[in-house]
Amino acid sequence: MTTSQGPTEPQPPVSAAVRLAGVEKSFPVRDGTTTVALSGIDLDVAPREFVSLIGPSGCGKSTLLRIVGDLIQPSGGTVQVNGKPAHQARLDRDYGMVFQAPVLFDWRTVEANVRLPLEVMRFSRAERDRRVREMLDLVELGGFLSHYPHQLSGGMQQRVAIARALAFQPALLLMDEPFGALDEMTRERLNAEVLRIWAQTRTTVIFVTHSIPEAVFLSTRVVVMSARPGRITNVVDIDLPQPRTEQTRETERYFELVTEVRESLRGRITSSAARARAEGAIG
Amino acid sequence: MSDVARTGPPPGEGETPPTGEGRVGGRDPIASAEPLAEADLTLATAPEPSGERPASGRWRGLVRAVVALTLFLVLAALVWEGFKFLAGDPWRYPEIGFVHHPPFRILQATDRQLPHLWDIASALAQPVQRNQQETLGGFLVGAALYTWQEALIGFAVGAVIGLVLASLFVHSRLLERAFVPYVIASQTIPIVALAPIIVVGFGRGLIAVVIIATYLTFFPVTIAAMRGLSSSDPRALELMRSYAASKWQVYRKVRLPASVPYVFTALKVAATGSIVGAIIGEGPGGVPAGLGRAIDNFNQQYISGPEKLWATILVSALLGIAFYLIVQAAEALILRRRRTARPG
Amino acid sequence: MRGVGSAARLRQYLPAIAVFLAAIVVWEIATAGPGRRVLPPPSDIVGAFGENAAQLRKSALATFYESLGGLAIGTFLGVLVALVTSRWASVRGVLLPVAIASSAIPIVAIAPIMNNWFGVLNPLSKMGMAALLVFFPVMINVTRGLVEVSPAATELMRSYASSDAQILFKVRVPNMLPFFFTALKVGTTLAFIGAIVGEFFGGTSDVLGRIVLQSLSGGRFDTAWAGIFLGAAGAIVSYLAVSLAERLVIPWYSSLVAQER
Repeated sequence: MTTSQGPTEPQPPVSAAVRLAGVEKSFPVRDGTTTVALSGIDLDVAPREFVSLIGPSGCGKSTLLRIVGDLIQPSGGTVQVNGKPAHQARLDRDYGMVFQAPVLFDWRTVEANVRLPLEVMRFSRAERDRRVREMLDLVELGGFLSHYPHQLSGGMQQRVAIARALAFQPALLLMDEPFGALDEMTRERLNAEVLRIWAQTRTTVIFVTHSIPEAVFLSTRVVVMSARPGRITNVVDIDLPQPRTEQTRETERYFELVTEVRESLRGRITSSAARARAEGAIG
Repeated sequence: MSDVARTGPPPGEGETPPTGEGRVGGRDPIASAEPLAEADLTLATAPEPSGERPASGRWRGLVRAVVALTLFLVLAALVWEGFKFLAGDPWRYPEIGFVHHPPFRILQATDRQLPHLWDIASALAQPVQRNQQETLGGFLVGAALYTWQEALIGFAVGAVIGLVLASLFVHSRLLERAFVPYVIASQTIPIVALAPIIVVGFGRGLIAVVIIATYLTFFPVTIAAMRGLSSSDPRALELMRSYAASKWQVYRKVRLPASVPYVFTALKVAATGSIVGAIIGEGPGGVPAGLGRAIDNFNQQYISGPEKLWATILVSALLGIAFYLIVQAAEALILRRRRTARPG
Repeated sequence: MRGVGSAARLRQYLPAIAVFLAAIVVWEIATAGPGRRVLPPPSDIVGAFGENAAQLRKSALATFYESLGGLAIGTFLGVLVALVTSRWASVRGVLLPVAIASSAIPIVAIAPIMNNWFGVLNPLSKMGMAALLVFFPVMINVTRGLVEVSPAATELMRSYASSDAQILFKVRVPNMLPFFFTALKVGTTLAFIGAIVGEFFGGTSDVLGRIVLQSLSGGRFDTAWAGIFLGAAGAIVSYLAVSLAERLVIPWYSSLVAQER
């Protein structure tokens, strides 16, 4: 399953894993007006891509992720996942979700937490046991099967959540600031782990984050958003070679890309190539 | 924290979903599910923690409590008369041309077992006993005031004892370990069994009933105050330490103010508890006065006048509600300037 | 305080044990001597158990039967109503504040009515009182446990396209169990209170409530105390039984509480 070559080159996709067209979202506010949370979002994500959504608080990146996951309905536009509407994709169990909080069930052991989606989806008992073990080995928690969540550290809890999200081999992994609550060291270690898992499982990932270094290190593309209304202002291709390691964080290209994302967040688009891509993305 | 402090009333702390901790389930029950300790009516409709409610919200809380209680009475009245309409004695009101024969017949819905509310209301205007001047209503108001007086003294004494005990326990681990288990055990005992012996021991008078009411008050207050006194922001405590503040100063300026919202939640529980204690203390074999004794007396005259017993029970309920609302109004008044209860 | 050895645990409980022994000794010494006292020495109370063994045993069993029967009825109805109210938000909006409002009302006042409704000699009248006291906390707590589920948990389940039944059995019910056990523990004491109050307002004589009243009016204070201790013991034993059941049914919860302490 291991691929040495990550999908760095965005090949023209036969069918996009995710295709967002003209997605809008507005919420009614108490005083009778509406707030526009998202406006004119167009984005294609190719299969096996790792796309990060980054932007200031309130730019609607988490909302966008939930719209992709059919947990919120958009006010306008279309969402296609693997060529079908998001709702159908959810019913087909195409999504694995990881939230900022691990959302582990206190009454279930680590093993039982990972097994939860497999129970819901009525996998056979043997298949369940096999996958739970496989996933916990993947996140290197094979020795913690019968621990309860409160007996684990925050980082370990989040790894259990990742194992759970991957247990049923979803086509699309949606991660909403999964490491936002962790300290920097744990975060960097888990970043490396996520890349390893991504390479092994060949899943498409959409990853919401506040952290520029995290977005650059992980992604094949970084989608930069601005707030009020939430819209895509730039899309930065991350052409760092795969597999990425701790050394990657020290390369010059890495710093250039971090700077480019940072500049985009400040509203400046540095390279003309990036501007062209951004305009393409905005349509 | 010790296990007591956890059973206490958490002004609504458990209302916040524990997602912040990244787990599902967990602390809520200990924090908030103590139903007796959590008689904060406003919580039913207002999910914000009462301890962190802005001042205006406290008044809104009072209004909500009034609404909830009114709703309770209206709903109870509807169920009451609806039950009688379905399964009671025939309704005969020829003067307004209304006669109704209920389709079913259940003993508990008959006029003897469950009088019409209007019959109970009209009984209030009748004399208590034949050949007496005093109306039932007047008599019951007097009895209620007497019971409330006992309850109020017990409530005040119990609250002070609770606060003192809690203050001792949070400052001494030895005292806490020695006595807190008994404070808790004291509440698993059905206190009511003890009531008659207290009455015999202290004489059939005010003091006995006050003691019973005190007993039912001190526990919720102790537990809540322990929680409240330990609830202050650790940073505030560190700050006080950096000023080299004395224990008393820390207590007076940080711990005590932080405990006030917790204590009020407990006081609302204690208000009802003190009235329950008073009624039981006046009940069979108890102090010959007040609502409890009226319940016992009218129970023995039930055959001739079930309305009297029912009227007494309803007055008891109203007294409980009134006391509760008074405490809630006091809370709103005292905490009106507070935007947040806990620092930080 | 997890994983403490038995020695450490002993040291933790030592002050409480010392207080208990000291209290017994002081009580015995202070009340020793001839004559009848409202508070007789502990040795007299122990003696009263022996003298009235048959009657006390019969009464205790009758009162336990009433209490536990009321606990069962009240719990059953409380859970039933909670399952219904948690299903429909509109029903809950009306019923939950109303149920909580009941806590402002001295419900024990209705004890004589229960006696009239179900027959003063019928144990059902005492069970009815116990059940009424137990009903409200159980209903309120179970409703909360079913409803107060982390929104993220339901979101997660929705991302799996779970059915409502799956959310109920895999999220809501497990989430509710600690709430349920908390209510049940409170309920054990309330059930005994309900039964004994019911007994005070009349009924058969071989029950703890009547034993206490009759012994008091006859000046047999040691027997009255024996009755009180039996009632307390019943309440405490059922409380401990519920705690034990809680440990067995939701072991994760005790471990979580122990850790957070």
